[in-house]
Amino acid sequence: MPYLTSSPLDVAALLSEARSSDGGLCLFVGVVRDENAGRKTVAIEYEAYGSMAEAEMARIAEGLARDFPTARVSIKHRVGRLSVGEPSVAIVAVAPHRVEAFAACRAAIDRVKATVPIWKKEYHPDGSSDWVDPTAPAKEPA
Amino acid sequence: MRIRLLHFASFRETLGRDEEAREVTEGTRVRDLWQALGFESAALRRFPTPPPAAVNREYVPPDTILHDGDEVAFLPPVAGG
Repeated sequence: MPYLTSSPLDVAALLSEARSSDGGLCLFVGVVRDENAGRKTVAIEYEAYGSMAEAEMARIAEGLARDFPTARVSIKHRVGRLSVGEPSVAIVAVAPHRVEAFAACRAAIDRVKATVPIWKKEYHPDGSSDWVDPTAPAKEPA
Repeated sequence: MRIRLLHFASFRETLGRDEEAREVTEGTRVRDLWQALGFESAALRRFPTPPPAAVNREYVPPDTILHDGDEVAFLPPVAGG
């Protein structure tokens, strides 16, 4: 099952992931925000190294299965141009109890952001654009 | 021997191409390839040397030796989510 999709994410469908033995479902949805580092954003273009992103998310899923053996995690990441408010990533973790569902969900999004080869270009109201660099030093507040 | 080099995001725009075939000599390491790209583009030289790299869709250390047919990519800072 591919992790990347160019179609809108069906977040509601993820709510049916729970099995009868699960007592908790933790859903994280990342959405496109209207500003970053003090600049207005009107859209974000997500670009992926598709084949490696799929492989890397499969590796993350394997790691999560090892680290959270009672949880089951599904990850979906959008690519292409998204408007403000659109879901860009959806993660659902189900487990018999909430503690492991929360922990697995949190670990999943943190690992996805750290290593999956996906990039985003922010478009500003004046038509200019920037590649987002999370490793760049934060700017001093004005 | 010949490798396939892919470019993404800001590196793709900087270099003006998304992939290329490249002849490299036996024993070439990932870091040597990055240095060769840096000779072509001053804009790439300002990136950490070398940035995270992938060979055949998996992260590798910079001293990794390349093999014929490898798919290589240098990855700008990732920003998924």
